[in-house]
Amino acid sequence: MADFLQLFFSGLATGSIYALAALGFTLLWQASGTINFAQGEFVMLPAFMLLGFMALGAPMLVSFVMTLLLAVLLLGWVFKRGVVDPLFKYGMMPIVVATIGLSIAMRNGVRAGYSAEAHPFPSLFADKLFNIAGVTVTLQDIGTFGLALVIVLATQAFLAKTVTGRAMQAVAQNTESASVLGINVPRMIFYTFAINAVLAVAAALLVTPTYLAKFDMGEGLGTKAFFAAIIGGFNNSRGALLGGLIVGVCENLAAAYISPAYKDAVALVIFMVVILFKPQGLLGKKVERKV
Amino acid sequence: MKAARNKLAIAAILLAGAAMLIAPQFLKNYGVYLLSYWLVFIIATMGLNLTVGYAGQKSLGHAAFFGIGAYTVAILMKAGFSFWLGLPAAALLCFVVGLMLGFPALRVQAIYLAFATLGFNIAIWLVMRNEEWLTGGTFGINNIARPALFGLSLEGNRPYYYFVLGVALLMAALLWGLLRSPWGKAFTALRDNPIRAESLGVDIRSYTLLSFAIGAAYAGVAGALFASLVQFIEPAPFAVGASIMMYLMVVVGGAGYFWGPVLGAAVGVVLPEWLRDVPGVAAWYLPMFGAAVVLLMIWLPDGLLSLPDRLRARRASREASAARSAAAQNLGAAR
Repeated sequence: MADFLQLFFSGLATGSIYALAALGFTLLWQASGTINFAQGEFVMLPAFMLLGFMALGAPMLVSFVMTLLLAVLLLGWVFKRGVVDPLFKYGMMPIVVATIGLSIAMRNGVRAGYSAEAHPFPSLFADKLFNIAGVTVTLQDIGTFGLALVIVLATQAFLAKTVTGRAMQAVAQNTESASVLGINVPRMIFYTFAINAVLAVAAALLVTPTYLAKFDMGEGLGTKAFFAAIIGGFNNSRGALLGGLIVGVCENLAAAYISPAYKDAVALVIFMVVILFKPQGLLGKKVERKV
Repeated sequence: MKAARNKLAIAAILLAGAAMLIAPQFLKNYGVYLLSYWLVFIIATMGLNLTVGYAGQKSLGHAAFFGIGAYTVAILMKAGFSFWLGLPAAALLCFVVGLMLGFPALRVQAIYLAFATLGFNIAIWLVMRNEEWLTGGTFGINNIARPALFGLSLEGNRPYYYFVLGVALLMAALLWGLLRSPWGKAFTALRDNPIRAESLGVDIRSYTLLSFAIGAAYAGVAGALFASLVQFIEPAPFAVGASIMMYLMVVVGGAGYFWGPVLGAAVGVVLPEWLRDVPGVAAWYLPMFGAAVVLLMIWLPDGLLSLPDRLRARRASREASAARSAAAQNLGAAR
């Protein structure tokens, strides 16, 4: 039982990171119909930005703020203006293909221009173990889960409670009515891209201390985030949290009790079951097909 | 005008065919190997072009079929069976698995289907990597022999190249025929508007399954040829990344253009392989390729082969507007 709980908690920590990436993914989809295949690379790049600033001699906090600003500029503004805006009129698939191209360019660009090695990454949390009733959990796991949960809930509170957040939701639900109501639609969509960039920086900060900074770290993470988003429900931002946690926990349990070699298939199996029986996701709403 | 263009196209095809026939005489061993490599990927992406370009099903799992084909031949040949049994077995197995993969496609569309096929690829790759008793795991299977045809050994790179060229031409001719048959029309109807196609009596269920199965069979044939060409297979070339690359090859060349895969495979596998040993270029090829895909989507979302159509449409609209303004002037002068 103690083993089970231990695996469960560390699964929650991993799952909450998937949830961060998945949340950004669903927000982009809702606001602009963008499927971002480069989502994993959007997490990888800030990790290297932070390492780069620190290599230049900036202290951790300054590096973090600079990374945040640079990420919002590059992964938010430049990505929206340079890739999504010109392709928006052609529908979904050209954006998918373009973001696939972008992910290849980012991944291999970091490899060719910076390094193909894995780099250690400073942790936010001290290396400490807790023992509660025979269950050992690391501070890293608790901190990761706690911080990720706070960020996800804060994002949701922002969307549900503030005027700007509600305007963003209005844009996501019905762009035309939103613009009739006097909402600045392009600005709200930009805010979504900016939030996605911030979430990616947060995910980078939490995932990299454990998994190290490497050019291809986004590959697995991106796929898990997609699966988590679809499992939870693509058109529901609470679904991303649920999907991420389910994938993280099940993966950890399956690796221990079934087969570590097939760990990466867990997200896939849940995903298949969900899309075959409830294609709109666990928390999603059904969308009828149009002629 | 159209007849002239057709004549031009036939002349170009004959010329390209002749070039492919005599090219090995001017190339070193590695060059011949690279040409065969290109042809193998042309066959594989021709199949994907049918699934994606003509039938409109977003498949991101094509490398899995390519791998199933390669492993089928390798495993059968290691068990003592002939290549000539392995090749049709590979195609048949891929056809059947393709049919089965088509079933989720009946339930989900577009991006969900892309992820379902991508997941299928992950699953197949995990089996290839983990089931050592069958696939040799990460050590792979080596010393895969090349076959002999009518007592003629295809062991050398040159004879094998001609064999692959022959198979590629046969597969291309089959696809050409298929696309001009009622089936081909049904596939494009399925792509352009599935609901309209259904209401016109096209059995979209069967055609969706068939588009997957036939595309998969092409990948199976290509995989079988690939195993015998490189003579050593391991799971890496059949991972999700390879599927995504094949999808990009189809889109870059021009999805739904018959010759798209020829161009796409050249840009996707032959160029990087050829530039592999050039210092400075090799490392930057993939970043440049990725960036080029983004730019291509922005300027030419239908792929490189849509360029002539695009130029023609632009010229036609320019001529039409010139004619309109001339007509307007004449009208003014008459008044």
